[in-house]
Amino acid sequence: MTTALPSQPDARGRFGPYGGRFVPETLIPALEELEAAYASACQDPAFWDAYRSLLAEYVGRPTPLTYAERLTAHFGRGRIYLKREDLCHTGAHKINNALGQVLLALRMGKRRIIAETGAGQHGVATATACARFGLECVVYMGARDMERQRLNVERMQLLGAEVRAVRSGSATLKDATNEAIRDWVTNVRTTFYVIGSVVGPHPYPRLVRDFQRIIGDEVREQMLRREGRLPTHLVACVGGGSNAIGLFYPFLQEPSVQLYGVEAAGLGLDTDHTAATLSRGRPGVLHGAYSYLLQTPDGQVLPAHSISAGLDYPGVGPEHSYLRDIRRVHYEAATDSEALQAVRLLTRLEGILPALETAHAIAFLNRLMPETNPEDLIVVNCSGRGDKDLATIVSAFEEAEEDVA
Amino acid sequence: MSPEKAASRLRLLAQRPRSVLGLYVTAGFPDPEASLPLWHRLVEAGADFLEIGVPFSDPLADGPTIQRSSQQALRRGVDLGWIFDHVRAFRERDSRTPIVLMGYLNPILAYGPEAFARQARACGVDGVIVADLPLEERSWIGEALDRIGVDLVLLAAPTSSEERLRRIDQESRGFVYAVSVTGVTGARQDVARQAMAFLERARSVVRTNPLYVGFGIATAEDARQLLSRADGIIIGSALVERIERSYPEPDWIEQITSWVRTLKKEILHVAS
Repeated sequence: MTTALPSQPDARGRFGPYGGRFVPETLIPALEELEAAYASACQDPAFWDAYRSLLAEYVGRPTPLTYAERLTAHFGRGRIYLKREDLCHTGAHKINNALGQVLLALRMGKRRIIAETGAGQHGVATATACARFGLECVVYMGARDMERQRLNVERMQLLGAEVRAVRSGSATLKDATNEAIRDWVTNVRTTFYVIGSVVGPHPYPRLVRDFQRIIGDEVREQMLRREGRLPTHLVACVGGGSNAIGLFYPFLQEPSVQLYGVEAAGLGLDTDHTAATLSRGRPGVLHGAYSYLLQTPDGQVLPAHSISAGLDYPGVGPEHSYLRDIRRVHYEAATDSEALQAVRLLTRLEGILPALETAHAIAFLNRLMPETNPEDLIVVNCSGRGDKDLATIVSAFEEAEEDVA
Repeated sequence: MSPEKAASRLRLLAQRPRSVLGLYVTAGFPDPEASLPLWHRLVEAGADFLEIGVPFSDPLADGPTIQRSSQQALRRGVDLGWIFDHVRAFRERDSRTPIVLMGYLNPILAYGPEAFARQARACGVDGVIVADLPLEERSWIGEALDRIGVDLVLLAAPTSSEERLRRIDQESRGFVYAVSVTGVTGARQDVARQAMAFLERARSVVRTNPLYVGFGIATAEDARQLLSRADGIIIGSALVERIERSYPEPDWIEQITSWVRTLKKEILHVAS
């Protein structure tokens, strides 16, 4: 295993061969401007003070590292901890990044914000950050996702954001992202595009990672304080991959820490209804980056499928593609029904209702835990809470019961 | 046909002392069977070169019109193989009119840049425009195309700095495609007025290549104005919209060609 990873990304935004900047010429100057603004922010302690104080006083960080006593007993092996991003203001880790990017937008003097959203968590986080700073906010969301995440649509509207329904293609996150990029190309001079995951053209994958690494930084400190040593296994779900990179990044150079990213297998890895990009895809270009991609042999992007709107995406962040190829992170997958069972498990054993996205990481414990030892320390990123998914979860359980009856 | 001759179609066009009219139509649109006759008729009506759209599932630089025509073509099974076959068939009757493919990077990567360049060359494709391939990423397919002598046309935008415009001119082959306004493709009002300042800037920097302007051009009036600052114009969405409206009326192709003929007359008027 590689212990000394080269500094990633390089000057051209490459993680190994992945990443880069595959967008229309119109956007290139805007990306250069963003890169320069971020480089200057990185040198400015006042920027990071503002970011950290928002995280402490507005988001409620640090989020707890909760020892999952009954879940641990259930498996009877290593000790399981949950990193409680579900306790962040707005209910998921997405707010860490939305606030960071909105601070950058303010610094750049851009007062119109656009975002794409799948599950609605990034949309809600961005709408929240815009309300907090009095900025105009437009969120693009697939019409299909708007149905299954009704609650988040209403939250965004209440926060003053305009939610634009996207009906093209599969009417999910991929198409919402296309539409957000089209808006950005049109209004590039006045508009800041807040991307919600570690995807998109350089410098977004790096930017979002830097705003999410707080998750892993806190875990490291909390675990050292609590157990006096580093965790042995980290587990996180991967759609675009922002909560996973946020958790993994500070541990990439620690060879003793095993890293597991869990994608959505949808109906199964052996079906065409899956969102497991790193298991089933091959490298290609979508939304500005070269990365693994679900696609046909002739390069058309395939619609993804997952019960979780936040993982229902045919691409994945370029840094994950790189970490897969160098085998630093193990990428696994959990199906829709495994995720649903995991929702029930965590709710009943720990009194924590996870988001459907998060439930994929929990589901993987069924396979991971039998291989662990009692002295192992496992951290699962509880990336979001499941209130938004109640309707989907309840109707899925009802369907399952009807199937049995 | 010898390679030298094939490679020079775009160059011959640029040497002609009059304004150039490029017409874009999505491959396989409005119907795979209608495509080839339509291409020939567009040339007869006055197109100086044809831009054939390669359909892609996620055309993020395109507005609703070309999104629709691309979706429709994809549903009818149009892919690069289909396009190469039909360009080859087009060349049986027309060895003079340049053909430029316009699309997105991923289908070309999936085909394989080397194989794509070879096939393009063999079938009589003169140039390639890739909407999501900026200057910095040019080498992904540019080296294969350069080696074989198919032009990779780069786009310039109103947001491009003079320094970038200069580099785009250096790296572009065939022509420089000036994107009239910030935005996606699609016919719109009043493009010329908005595009003038940018075209003036581009005109003063782009010296190696001819400068053709496209995106949003819908009327002869706009075309006339733009041609005072550019060597040619490219019309896409406005044509596709017209085809959508008239197809499959029995005389749809006559409706289209008479519109093109009128447009062409206006353009010739400027140049003379």
